[in-house]
Amino acid sequence: MSRRLLSLQEVVVPALLVVAAALLGNLASASTQTYFTQTLFRVALVVALYVFIGNSGVLSFGHVAFVALGAWTAGVLTVPVAERSAIMPGLASFLAHRHVGNVTSLVLAAVVGAVGALVVGVPLMRLSGLAAGIATFAIFEITYNVLQYDGRIGPGLNTFSSVPETTGLLQAGVGATLCVLVAFAYSRSRFGRQLRSTREDAAAAGAVGISVYRQRLVAFVLSGALAGFAGGLYVHLFALNVNSVSLDLTFLSLAMLVVGGSGSLLGAVVGALGVSALDSWLSVAENGTSLFGWHINLPAGTDELVIGVLMAAVLILRPNGITGGREARLWPLPARSTLFRTRQTRVGEQP
Amino acid sequence: MTVTWQNVADGVALGAVYALMAVGIGLVFGVLRLVNFAYGQLIMAGAFALAISSQHGWPLWVGIVLCFATVLVLSIAMDYLVFRPLRGHSPAVMLVATFAVAFLLENGALLKFGSLGKIASSVASLNQPWTVGGVQIRKISIVAVIVTIVCLFLIYLLLERTEIGLHMRAASMDSSTARMLGVRANRVISLAVLLAGALAAIVAILLTVRTPLVTPTFALDDTIVVLAGVVVGGLNRPIPATLGGFAIGFANGFFGGVLPSNQSQYVPAFVFAAVVVVLLLRPNGLFDFSRNVERV
Repeated sequence: MSRRLLSLQEVVVPALLVVAAALLGNLASASTQTYFTQTLFRVALVVALYVFIGNSGVLSFGHVAFVALGAWTAGVLTVPVAERSAIMPGLASFLAHRHVGNVTSLVLAAVVGAVGALVVGVPLMRLSGLAAGIATFAIFEITYNVLQYDGRIGPGLNTFSSVPETTGLLQAGVGATLCVLVAFAYSRSRFGRQLRSTREDAAAAGAVGISVYRQRLVAFVLSGALAGFAGGLYVHLFALNVNSVSLDLTFLSLAMLVVGGSGSLLGAVVGALGVSALDSWLSVAENGTSLFGWHINLPAGTDELVIGVLMAAVLILRPNGITGGREARLWPLPARSTLFRTRQTRVGEQP
Repeated sequence: MTVTWQNVADGVALGAVYALMAVGIGLVFGVLRLVNFAYGQLIMAGAFALAISSQHGWPLWVGIVLCFATVLVLSIAMDYLVFRPLRGHSPAVMLVATFAVAFLLENGALLKFGSLGKIASSVASLNQPWTVGGVQIRKISIVAVIVTIVCLFLIYLLLERTEIGLHMRAASMDSSTARMLGVRANRVISLAVLLAGALAAIVAILLTVRTPLVTPTFALDDTIVVLAGVVVGGLNRPIPATLGGFAIGFANGFFGGVLPSNQSQYVPAFVFAAVVVVLLLRPNGLFDFSRNVERV
């Protein structure tokens, strides 16, 4: 089979994993289905993180801000107009009477996420390393603080109830798969390749004419769009409040990316599915469950503790994650053209 | 908006406590190039030690010894288990690792002590006000300032006048050259970690006077604000870091008391906006006047 076709396995394998997770969720009981849908939302979020962090090598702690922006946009505009004054009494007038459909809300969430990322990225993409991490963390804290108390753009500290719960397995599955496809398309494009070269050696990339700033900005905006889209999926999943898009989600999403392997799309998907599965199982175990006949009832907080230990352990022992930054390679790719391959001269032979 | 001496005193006291935290964070960053996100959890652990001791009714000195012991042991454990294996990795990876440790410790405390928390009442008498010239100032404000000045002076003496202090300063500036010249890296790092731990214990004692209820998220918000202050002040050198910590502590304490609550809710947003601006325009910090940081 041609090399081109076989290399598509890098997107097919992650996409199939996502679809398999969705189908598996279909077989589960109604109460456990929420965990599957939440897992699929997390896949979308971690893939969004991968698009920027994985390809550029720059850490961003701020993507949950774009998730929040997307969630708030989609949520505020889809709550039925009649019920808006109940949960969001201080809502600004241009938001109070507009209503959009489900798919439009998701698209708008992605657009708002992208615009937010553009506004933030234009000044911030010049930073690297520790400074970038702290600056993006500051952006997250600003967004979190504003969303907590500003009643003009959302429910503030109230729960975001009355948002139509349209994200079932189908919407979440399709959304997550879409994110995987977009991330793959980006990483195969000129932009993705150029950005990855800056990750490996920024000076050398600059020397061949790649604008590190511009490539990082492109990736940041795209990942902001995907994060906003994921936020849109999230707000339609169940009733959120501002704590759902707080430091906990920041930590969890980074943990998933790091554990899976931040350098590859497969790592993002595997990390998200694996850690989310563990997290879901531990959440259920906190309420009492049985494993192979043993009744287990874990105390509250074990869940996050285990995830924290796992993340610290992976960072220390295997900093490149489970996949080690490698993409899916179940079938080895054939060698490139042998037209110019020279034969090695054996000892004593005439060259 | 009425400004009283109480507000100024509160601001100065909080600034002093934050300055101590800033020194703790700055010392470890200087020798390890690692921003310890889990510093707040060290303080929380010390505060819980105080709370447990006061719950059992043990005398104050027992509580203080227990606090120091807990924090120092935890600091050394963190050094061996997390900081050393990660030496040489990029600062961002180390930040994420300490993030993980912070999360881990917070949830460990949640598991052990529950979210309701415990009360540490042993030092509560310092919360009583003194009347100075007709103005009421809490005793703790004055104690905090005095303790801070003494600690900073002692650390200054250590860094400038002792041999090990010289080694620490050398390791901060250029660790590989320092090691070539005979500075024992492990010893210097262990000392920095222990000092930072001791400061964390002192901060825990001071903070439990202001907030006797110790929960798993004790000092988490304070740590985040201090980190912001240290970055704004200047992460690379100890004096700018301390000034940054003090400035942000003072701003928080002062404006938190002076502004009405519907405006003071947004103080964190302003603080972090300042962080972003400083990182962009003066990446070395407001109070630092040396070389530049990696840019694209």
